[in-house]
Amino acid sequence: MSEEIIKNIIVKENEDYIINMGPQHPSTHGVLRLEVCLQGETVKYIVPHVGYIHRGIEKMCEANTYPQIIHLTDRMDYLSAHMNNEAVCLCVENAMQVEVPERVKYVRTILAELNRLASHQLWWSAFGMDLGALTTFFYGLRDRELILDIFEESFGSRLLHSFNTPGGLMHDIHPNFQKRTKDFIAYFREKLPEYDQLLTGNIIFQQRTKGIGLLSREKAIAYGVTGPSGRGSGFSCDLRKHAPYSAYDKVQFNEIVYTEGDTFARYNVRMDEMRESLNIIEQLIDNIPSDGHTAKMKPIIKLPAGEFFQRVETARGELAVYIVSDGNKTPYRIKFRSPNFSNLFVMNELAAGGKIADLIAISGSLDLVIPDIDR
Amino acid sequence: MSSTSTIYDFSTLTGSIDASLHSWMAPGLALTAELVLVGLVFLTFYALLGLFLVYLERKVCAVIQNRYGPNRVGPMGLFQTIADLIKLLMKELIPIRRADHFLFNLAPFIVIIASFMAIAATPFARGLQAVDLNIGVFYVMAVSSLGVVGILLAGWASNSKYSLIGAMRSGAQIVSYELSVGLSLLAVVVLSGTMQLSGIVESQANGWWIFKGHIPVIISFIIFLIASTAEINRGPFDLAEAESELTAGFHTEYSGIKFAFFFLAEYINMFIVSAIGATVFLGGWMPLHIGNLEAFNHVMDFIPSMVWFFLKTFFLIYVIMWFKWTFPRLRIDQLLTLEWKYLMPISLVNIVVIAFIALMGWHF
Amino acid sequence: MLNYLKEIFGAISSLWAGMRITGKYFISPGQIVTQKYPENRKTLKMQDRFKGEIIMPHDENNQHRCTGCGICEMNCPNGSIEVLTNRVPNAEGKMERVIDKHVYHLSMCTFCGLCVKTCPSGALAFGQKFEHAVFDRQKLTKILNQPGSTLKKEAKQ
Repeated sequence: MSEEIIKNIIVKENEDYIINMGPQHPSTHGVLRLEVCLQGETVKYIVPHVGYIHRGIEKMCEANTYPQIIHLTDRMDYLSAHMNNEAVCLCVENAMQVEVPERVKYVRTILAELNRLASHQLWWSAFGMDLGALTTFFYGLRDRELILDIFEESFGSRLLHSFNTPGGLMHDIHPNFQKRTKDFIAYFREKLPEYDQLLTGNIIFQQRTKGIGLLSREKAIAYGVTGPSGRGSGFSCDLRKHAPYSAYDKVQFNEIVYTEGDTFARYNVRMDEMRESLNIIEQLIDNIPSDGHTAKMKPIIKLPAGEFFQRVETARGELAVYIVSDGNKTPYRIKFRSPNFSNLFVMNELAAGGKIADLIAISGSLDLVIPDIDR
Repeated sequence: MSSTSTIYDFSTLTGSIDASLHSWMAPGLALTAELVLVGLVFLTFYALLGLFLVYLERKVCAVIQNRYGPNRVGPMGLFQTIADLIKLLMKELIPIRRADHFLFNLAPFIVIIASFMAIAATPFARGLQAVDLNIGVFYVMAVSSLGVVGILLAGWASNSKYSLIGAMRSGAQIVSYELSVGLSLLAVVVLSGTMQLSGIVESQANGWWIFKGHIPVIISFIIFLIASTAEINRGPFDLAEAESELTAGFHTEYSGIKFAFFFLAEYINMFIVSAIGATVFLGGWMPLHIGNLEAFNHVMDFIPSMVWFFLKTFFLIYVIMWFKWTFPRLRIDQLLTLEWKYLMPISLVNIVVIAFIALMGWHF
Repeated sequence: MLNYLKEIFGAISSLWAGMRITGKYFISPGQIVTQKYPENRKTLKMQDRFKGEIIMPHDENNQHRCTGCGICEMNCPNGSIEVLTNRVPNAEGKMERVIDKHVYHLSMCTFCGLCVKTCPSGALAFGQKFEHAVFDRQKLTKILNQPGSTLKKEAKQ
């Protein structure tokens, strides 16, 4: 392995034709800078430069109490805000050994899946747009809007809903929540085949994605590529299945694993995950128990001294929260293992040797959210 | 040709203008005056058409994407593009340091002159054509491919890496797709026996070539649509500007009205290829006639020939827009594969079949 | 040869499938989802829980429920709330804490909702107003208690 790493160390030469993709570039979806070396149309190597949107969230968390941390986690991976919140809440609840009501578990699971759907819809939209099919962007956002409406009705905010709190939920879900969610599922089941007809089956799309950016299972594990990107390489890493939290142990669903490892496989994983998410929500939405939306918590939450760890499956992979507490109401140190950071650095492995257009397809298929990388 | 269709003959109008000018001017002066007049008419037409096409594109893509499109400036947002034009006119022309300024400024003019020259040979209606060259098809082909020189210059002179890649892509693309466009147009040239655009239109008086020419002409029509979409750098073939890869490709460094020239030329080129497609395959300004339905044919004759021409052209423009707003972009090697492995061999086989059909006189 | 033709027809049919979808939406403009925002301002109704800004509801007697305890200020992660209190004698002659100004910096607020949730007397709520754009940053600093307002006494029981 070490020899391989040495082999992969990039040797820069003076006559390299280097273009900077980003920090302002349409395809990097944020302030990510990719230093791309080209030989004609072929990519020789890529050096990702991160840190343009570093806000020091981990350091800020050290000055905030546990309920206050929640709203900072929203702003890491803003597309799976609910799962980020959930990770910290679960970690704090486990540390304090609080048993949250069943209702909270069910609602959290439903919301996590809705959030995953919304995230995958946005990814689908943006992926199509990266490849030049501009219409996908509007179709994806049109359907995502309905999920955001559901969120807005229950939490009051659409994207960064700090709805979880250690011990439960901020307040109960809206009375309309169940009905609207069911309406959405019926609507989206109709629209999902259109996604396939518009993009998945398209010959140009398939040629752009099949066999592009091959990531072997070993490489995926070595680089820590998790989430749909890892599962596209046959790395079975779905924490909802392997380390169930909330109500995932009460539902039947399949872990989507494709073994091809190319861009098309990563695409298919996400498309199938959307269907699985619909299934999960359908199983839970009608039997939400009604035993309160929050557990009895002390007014000031203090974690016992020690180290606590919790991981959840966000829309992009494994988010791990590691808290070191010295018994105070603020953490001594908090560390987020964000999925996008690992997923980004596999880019050179995937895109070197391909064309510029492949680089765009690959970075789209990894579904990067830049604030999550920089934190 | 029935006598009724001559009521919309523009040659009487142009002929009378010609006669009146000659009546009080020296012949040389009259010719100059006519040239200026035609130039002015085309310039106005060109600008208005460009603005309208930009508006149309926005509306079409908006409706496809479940949006309204421009709807604030003027009724239905009709003046939006005019507002944009004013904005572009007033914008600063940013001089690029270490760019080749002469070529940098020349490039947009080459692009726009090429499209301007191509529009001259387009037969808009009966008798309404600026120049009716006897090698019209050849001329349009030759002139419209001049635009790529401007694109290459723009990419080279900008001294920008993105621009250069975009320009090189565009060069490779147009050089290859020119062949398919030529071969697919050749199909109709073989059948009609003339390269003169008015002659091709006249030869479709008893039916459009797409109906008369059996399946081979339909195939060459489809090839023409694909290849011409590629030639004008649009739709799934917009690799030269590929905004998700190269930000804006060859015109990354251009601003203000120089950018507008590229932008306008792209839309006018779309009009030109649609006009050529409509003229060659869909009968130009010839009305739709169906077999022996005399009454129907008679009604169709009363629709002015100009309306027919624009209906057909805008139909093709819509199809090209439809492509753009549906398909993902191709990769550069796939683009060349499509041309050299699929379109080109099919065109070659097709042209042989058509030559055989024309030789045996099997077409209608 | 047969494969070559099959490939071409498969490709064309897959492209046609996509064009059918976009064509379907083109001929059905009824599916347009855009909201014409400034025009529909009159009818625009935000959700009841919408987090537009923090407000302090006052009743018809210009009374609010804020006791000036400062729990919201303590809980705010961004320091966007400042509670300034005075000590004034009440009817029985005892000194009592009364809010002078409840200062809310909208520009620093992240709408986490902790102040509304933790307020022991339910004095704060979320307002539905969302058009916050102003020309001067100073205008984003708001004083939530209205001038001359007093504490609603019965709320204490």
